[in-house]
Amino acid sequence: MFDFLDMDALLGAFWVTVKLTVYSAIGSLIWGTLLAGMRVSPVPLMRAVGTAYVNVVRNIPLTVVILFASLGLYSTLGVTLGGDAIDGINFRLAVLGLIAYTAAFVCEALRSGINTVPVGQAEAARALGLSFTQVLTLIVLPQAFRSVVNPLANVLIALTKNTTVASVIGVAEASLLMKEWIETYAALIPIVAVFAFGFICLTLPTGLVLGWVSRKVAVKR
Amino acid sequence: MSSVLYDAPGTRAKRRNIGYTVLFLAVLALVVWWVYDGLSSKGQLDWVKWEPFFTSSQPYATYLWPGLQNTLIAATLALVIALPLGAVFGIARLSDHRSVRAVAGTVVEFFRAIPVLILMLFANAAYADFTDISSDVRPLYAVVTGLVLYNASVLAEIVRAGIQSLPRGQTDAAKAIGMRKGQTMRHVLLPQSVTAMLPAIVSQMVVIVKDTALGGAMLSFNELLSSVRPMSANYGANTIACFTVVAVIFVSLNFALTSAAGWLERKLRRGKKSTGAVVHAGPGGGLETVGPAGGVSTQGDFKSGAGGGG
Repeated sequence: MFDFLDMDALLGAFWVTVKLTVYSAIGSLIWGTLLAGMRVSPVPLMRAVGTAYVNVVRNIPLTVVILFASLGLYSTLGVTLGGDAIDGINFRLAVLGLIAYTAAFVCEALRSGINTVPVGQAEAARALGLSFTQVLTLIVLPQAFRSVVNPLANVLIALTKNTTVASVIGVAEASLLMKEWIETYAALIPIVAVFAFGFICLTLPTGLVLGWVSRKVAVKR
Repeated sequence: MSSVLYDAPGTRAKRRNIGYTVLFLAVLALVVWWVYDGLSSKGQLDWVKWEPFFTSSQPYATYLWPGLQNTLIAATLALVIALPLGAVFGIARLSDHRSVRAVAGTVVEFFRAIPVLILMLFANAAYADFTDISSDVRPLYAVVTGLVLYNASVLAEIVRAGIQSLPRGQTDAAKAIGMRKGQTMRHVLLPQSVTAMLPAIVSQMVVIVKDTALGGAMLSFNELLSSVRPMSANYGANTIACFTVVAVIFVSLNFALTSAAGWLERKLRRGKKSTGAVVHAGPGGGLETVGPAGGVSTQGDFKSGAGGGG
C-alpha cells in the first residue's frame, strides 16, 4: 500500500518547503517591519505609500504574485536574482513573491500591536521626561511585540501553507511531489495522507508552541 | 493628533517632517524610475501592448469576463456550501457531548492545518478516479471542493467565536423560560451572533476569491488568472500588461469586499441592537490560510482598536 513511499524524495521535498518558509519568513519580517514603520510614521506621504502597498498586495492572489514573478519578471524582463540554473531562479523568484505578499500581513500584525498600546502609556512616559527613543524602546515596543506573537504565529503558519503555491512555477516542494506521485501511482488516499500528515507536523506544533508563548508573554490589561 | 509614537508636531517637528518627506520622495522617485527603465528597455510599455485593453472590448469579451465569471461562480458556490457546513461544525464544537466536540474539533483542525492546494489536488484526483464527472467540469468541482473543505473549517471557527461572543445571560435566560438546547441555539444565539459574524464572513469571501486562482494555475480551471496566457499570446507578448489588468480586477473586486466588511463592522460596533461584538478571522484575516491556533478572536470587549479589520 505504501510502496510509492520514497523517503529521500519526500524528505527532500519537505526540506524545500521548510527552506522556502524560513527564507520568506526572515525576508517578510524585515520588509514587513519597514512597511509597519512607514504606516505609523509621522510623515503623511510614507503612511500613504505604506497603506497603498498593503491594500493592493493583500487583495492580489498569491498565485498571481508568484506567477508574475516567473512569467513577468523572469521570462519577460530577464530578472534572475543572481541565480543561474532554472531551479535556483524559480526558488528565488518564489521567495521574492512570498516575501512581497507576506510582508503586507506582517505589517498589519505589527501595526495592530503598536495600536494595542494605550496612548496613556506614552503620555505618562513623556510626562516623566523620557525622550522619544526611550519611549519607543522602553515603553511602546516591548508591549507591542508581546501582543503580536500570536498574530505573527498565524502569519507564519499561513506562510508555511502558502509555500505550496510555489509549485505553480515548478519549485520542487512538497505539493509538487504530491502531484507527481498522484499521477504516477494508483494510491491516492495514502499519498494524500502522507503529505497531509507532513503539513500537520509543520503547522500544528508551530501554532501550539507560539500560542503558548503568546499567552506567557501577553500583557494583561 | 497624538499617537503612541509621536506627539502633535511643533514647529521643529514640522520642519523635520518636511525633510523626511523630501527624502522619501527622492527614494520613491528612484524606485519608480528604476521600474520604468526596466519595463521600457524591454519594450513592455509600448502602446501596442496596452492598446487592446483601452480601445477594444475584445479582450474583455473573449478572456477577462468569462474568466471573472468562473472565478465568481466558484467563489460563490464555495461560500454557499461552506457556510452551512461551517455552522454545523461550529455549533458541534460547542456541544455538551465530549465525543461530538472532539470529532468536530479534529475535523476542523485537520482541514485548517492543510494547504488548500493539497485539498484541491486531492479532490481533482479523487473525482477522476472514483466518479464519472466529465473532465470539462471536473476542475470547477475540484476547486469548489478544496475551497469548501478549507473554508468550512475556518467558518466553523468564526461561528464558534460569534456564538461565544454573546453574553452568558442570553443562554441562562433562554434556559429560564424553558427552551431546549436546539431552541436556544436557533431562536436566541444564532440570530444574534450572525451580526457579529457578518464582517468576518465577508472578509472570508476575499480569501475564497483569491484561492480560486490556484485552480487556474494548477488544475486548468478557466478562471480570471488563467486568461493571462492566452491573452498575452494573442496580443503580442504583453505579459506585464495582461498581469496588470488581471491584478487590477482582482484588487478592485477584493477591495470592494474588504471595504464592505469594514463598513459592516463599524456599523455593528456603533449599533445598539447588537452586542457590539465583532468576530474577525484574526489579523491574518486576509490570508489565504489562517493558522490553526487562535486564528479567530472576539474583539467585543476590547475597544482599543486592536484589530479593527482593515
